[in-house]
Amino acid sequence: MQGRAFKFGDSISTDHIVPGRLAHLRSNLPELAKHVLEDADPTFASRVKPGDFVVGGNNFGLGSSREHAPLVIKMSGVSAVLAKSVARIFFRNAINRGLPVLLCDTDKIDDGDTLDVDMAAGTVTDVTKNITLTFTPIPPAMLKILDEGGLIPYIQKHGDFDI
Amino acid sequence: MKQTLSEKILSRKVGHDVHAGEIVVCPLDLAFVQDTTGPLTVREFLNSGFKSLANPSRTILFLDHAAPSSNAQISTDHLLLRKFAKDMGCIISDVGNGVCHQIVAEKYSRPGDVIIGADSHTVTGGSMCAFSTGMGSSDVAVGFALGKTWFRVPETIRIELTGDFQKNVYPKDLILHLIGMIGADGATYKALEFGGPSVRNIPMTGRIAISNMAVEAGAKVGLFPSDDITKEYLEARGRGETWIPLDADLGAEYERIIKIDLSTLEPTVSKPHTVDNTSTAKEIAGTHIDQVSIGTCTNGRIEDLAIAANILKGKHTAPGTRLVITPASKQILLDAIELGYIKTLVEAGALIMPPGCGACLGLHQGVLGDGEVCLSTANRNFKGRMGNPNAFVYLASPETAAYSAIYGEIRDPREEA
Repeated sequence: MQGRAFKFGDSISTDHIVPGRLAHLRSNLPELAKHVLEDADPTFASRVKPGDFVVGGNNFGLGSSREHAPLVIKMSGVSAVLAKSVARIFFRNAINRGLPVLLCDTDKIDDGDTLDVDMAAGTVTDVTKNITLTFTPIPPAMLKILDEGGLIPYIQKHGDFDI
Repeated sequence: MKQTLSEKILSRKVGHDVHAGEIVVCPLDLAFVQDTTGPLTVREFLNSGFKSLANPSRTILFLDHAAPSSNAQISTDHLLLRKFAKDMGCIISDVGNGVCHQIVAEKYSRPGDVIIGADSHTVTGGSMCAFSTGMGSSDVAVGFALGKTWFRVPETIRIELTGDFQKNVYPKDLILHLIGMIGADGATYKALEFGGPSVRNIPMTGRIAISNMAVEAGAKVGLFPSDDITKEYLEARGRGETWIPLDADLGAEYERIIKIDLSTLEPTVSKPHTVDNTSTAKEIAGTHIDQVSIGTCTNGRIEDLAIAANILKGKHTAPGTRLVITPASKQILLDAIELGYIKTLVEAGALIMPPGCGACLGLHQGVLGDGEVCLSTANRNFKGRMGNPNAFVYLASPETAAYSAIYGEIRDPREEA
């Protein structure tokens, strides 16, 4: 997977990603997705292209259980979220939506860098800087769900939890 | 092997001993959604081809975040949830009944239960010694259908409490202090377990406020033991038969033990825009406020309204300061009317909102203007939280909030004495 890095700081909350004031759009996902990460960077939605990466700092996705947060990031075409650490519910929701969250030292990545992610090798190469980072392996139970494209496809295929 | 409360509850439920780090598939005692996460849950459920609920009488749809609805789209979401409840035979808690977490405490959660809810503050159930945690819409949709979910048994951070609260200091100050100490990610993936000799000094309303905010330190659950206080709370609500005693084993293995002497705590405030950005009320006294919000699942119970009414009796909010009161449930509103608190608060300048989430998540009933500042008893002060990314939210106890409303600025309630 190759794309550009959109760099964000620490503590990007679910309110930055899809604020509560837009709750009336949650049954109109294409419209909601136009506001993705609006309160962190109002220009993000118009600049992001399929294959790009959201790169956060510490505690990415803290706050609400709203699954719409990883959902609209995925709908924007982002192929993975990279962060130094991630909040529990966001992590689980992202995997349940088939959106990889890769934990690595994102301090080394700058906004606009070109990144190449190798899921099998567990590496993120910053092509711009010519450095390669290793990401923390996704726990096996969650990898099984991610490999099926998310929780619902996983359950449809297996009929039950087999983890 | 000695067990933490998390290990004990999950072991009872899966039928064999489990320990931190293990993955378990666990039956659920209760699963619920609310009106901003429920529509996605219902659509996932129906689109997945699920035909029925595993446990309709323990499946609840709450209409509380927009109650009554603030616009046509959410009203239509409410229709979707009402229809699903009717078709599936599950419980609907309609607008006006109150916030999901408060209703779960009053009517549904039991010691030893395993509960999931599509709302991050589902951790509130830990106050009743339930392993209760927030998940997204897909997880809860699958929980609705299969009656189970998977968990990683969490490691535990034990919070050992000694001493007594000083006057004007409350459980809310304790949890704000703790989050300030360990950080907004200080307990990510972990269980917080409250224990020690002073747990018995924390009444259920305080336990609810503390457990409610466990997620603001990243925790999966925030557990209190099931003791006499739990028993009395359940008995007072006609649910005494659901009580069982539950506590961690002496000698259980903890990742970390944090000791807090309650007598050292002061009125505490979280400053914009993160909950762990704390200071004492005294340190930021004089900060101008435009609105005070008292209510929510964190601090909208009758004891909280009693504190506010007591502070504001015979007084009035400062000119230009709005005071918005949102009782957490219909029962609390009825009790507050009966006890005269509502009259006192309205005479003091308060606006009374219907039971529900109110302005907490920025939908309606107290949205802030550009540059405005709110002092709130809620659990979150993220940028944009109260409907405007250009506004500022501070968090405090009901007493600090009510006292500050009189002056239109943040004040330390101890200065009165």
